[in-house]
Amino acid sequence: MARFLVGKLLVMVLQVFVVATIVFSLVRLMPGDPAVLVLGTERGADPAAVAEMRHRLGLDQPVFKQFAAWIGDFVRFDWGESIFDGTKVTDYMAQRLPNTIELAVVSIVLAALIGVPLGMVAAVRRGGFVDMLLSSIAALGISFPVYVLGTFLILLFSFKLGWLPASGFASFSDDPAKHIERLVLPAFTLALGLAAAIARMTRSSILEVLNKEFVLTLRAKGVSSAGVLIRHVFRNAVIPVVTIIGLQLGNLIGGTVLIEYLFNWPGMSTLLVKAISNRDYPLIQGCIVVMSTFFIVINMLVNMLYGLLDPRVR
Amino acid sequence: MWKKCFRNKMFVFSFVVLVPIVAIALFGPWIAPHDPLKIRPDLTLRPSMPGYWLGTDEFGRDILSRLIFGIRPSMIVALGSTALALLLGTVMGVAAGYFKGWTEQIVLRVIDIVLCFPPILLALMVVGFWGGGVRNLIIIIGIVYAPHFGRIAHSATLQVRSLEYVESELSLGATHWRVLTKSILPNVLSPLIIQVSLTVAAAILLESGLSFLGLGVVPPEPSWGQMIGDARGYIHLHPMYVIWPSLCLGITILAINLMGDSLRDILDPKLKGR
Repeated sequence: MARFLVGKLLVMVLQVFVVATIVFSLVRLMPGDPAVLVLGTERGADPAAVAEMRHRLGLDQPVFKQFAAWIGDFVRFDWGESIFDGTKVTDYMAQRLPNTIELAVVSIVLAALIGVPLGMVAAVRRGGFVDMLLSSIAALGISFPVYVLGTFLILLFSFKLGWLPASGFASFSDDPAKHIERLVLPAFTLALGLAAAIARMTRSSILEVLNKEFVLTLRAKGVSSAGVLIRHVFRNAVIPVVTIIGLQLGNLIGGTVLIEYLFNWPGMSTLLVKAISNRDYPLIQGCIVVMSTFFIVINMLVNMLYGLLDPRVR
Repeated sequence: MWKKCFRNKMFVFSFVVLVPIVAIALFGPWIAPHDPLKIRPDLTLRPSMPGYWLGTDEFGRDILSRLIFGIRPSMIVALGSTALALLLGTVMGVAAGYFKGWTEQIVLRVIDIVLCFPPILLALMVVGFWGGGVRNLIIIIGIVYAPHFGRIAHSATLQVRSLEYVESELSLGATHWRVLTKSILPNVLSPLIIQVSLTVAAAILLESGLSFLGLGVVPPEPSWGQMIGDARGYIHLHPMYVIWPSLCLGITILAINLMGDSLRDILDPKLKGR
């Protein structure tokens, strides 16, 4: 088990290194002089200001030296300051990352809570109402972009019924009720797509296990059908379900980008979009490194979960 | 072939939806009732009325005309980036599967690196440094989806390569180029074509997502995703403004997905029901 964990950790460190390298090279591959772009058209015309900015950004050094310096700063969490308002990039990250993590985690939990029971019912009552509903919702779910779904939910729950606020954020420590009220819609929107995928996978994987001979044996032995389903069938069917959650995480992260923007949720993605609009390169770099690392870490956790669920994987 | 297609209900549905959309994309300028960019300060955020059948947006521009003009950039980006992804992915995948050795190692590692990012994050990263616009979107989205084609082409090539006729051709003295173009390529094409429809749908999703964030198609040129993004601020004042582009986008992607599914059933009956 320890070797398995160390191996996974090493792969993770390597992946983060690759991400950092790509982000480093992107700035250098940008068309035009980054120093001029940072300064803007007005001050970029002044050679002295450009030279100073080049020095500040370390662009007057050889590329390998720049790269070593960048990795060194990166490891020490010295990611520079936002060009726009001078706030430290790491401060921004500390402020925004928890909100994104909260949204993502709540959505995954919600999706599992909706998807797994739905898939089980669809499998047991194959061809029934829940089964039909599920397959039609799944077809719509992959076609309608997540922000369109969110828009329709806003129209229904906020505009038509007036149950929930359309967007915004309140910090949990200030007002827990308000905070949760504003979390429900974005989390639910994100969860729906994932829930459809989970339900489909649960259904097919349970159907497969139900056809195995040991299930027949258990039934013949007189175990109740609920007991067979929960204690024996589900435990054998759970690994593909975890796999699909893992595979869908990329979509979920992509979804948070659009959903945070739609609901004005102050997470990493709204920050990244703002940074791109402002051409705030240190902030863009920070956001991309953090979001990619977040994605890599979640993937890694899913991998480790397989190891716990299925000793054969280790 | 056509007879077989039209017996499939899903295919007929998607055909009926997509043909008018493509026609509107082609003939948009002659169909649209108004100039999609014309600002009318006296007519902002109006509901539907004669002459402006779907109402107007926050600048008094005709929503119907903007919807009609908004198809073209999405279509160009989707088709262009899919073609690019198909080309890049096929060349990389076939080369990796045919030549093996270090070519294969490099190609597979590059594919792994690209696939380790969520597509939208990768696209945002590039848009962040190079900017949006139709040309950049085609390049970015093409690169993001090339690995999918690469993997399919790679595994299909490995399969075909091990067949005896390839070996016999090589032993008869055929050049690599001849084997690749005459034997390998025609035999790996059909799984790639099935992937094309999936990628077109994914590319429209990604393009509209970026435009929704205001980082894709450059305003004032309209695009459906961007219209949804703009309309989001007026959801309480003018709900139909956000509903029209949302429906257009959702139904178009649904139709493309269904067309892909039905083509797969028609071309490859073995996979039916998966």
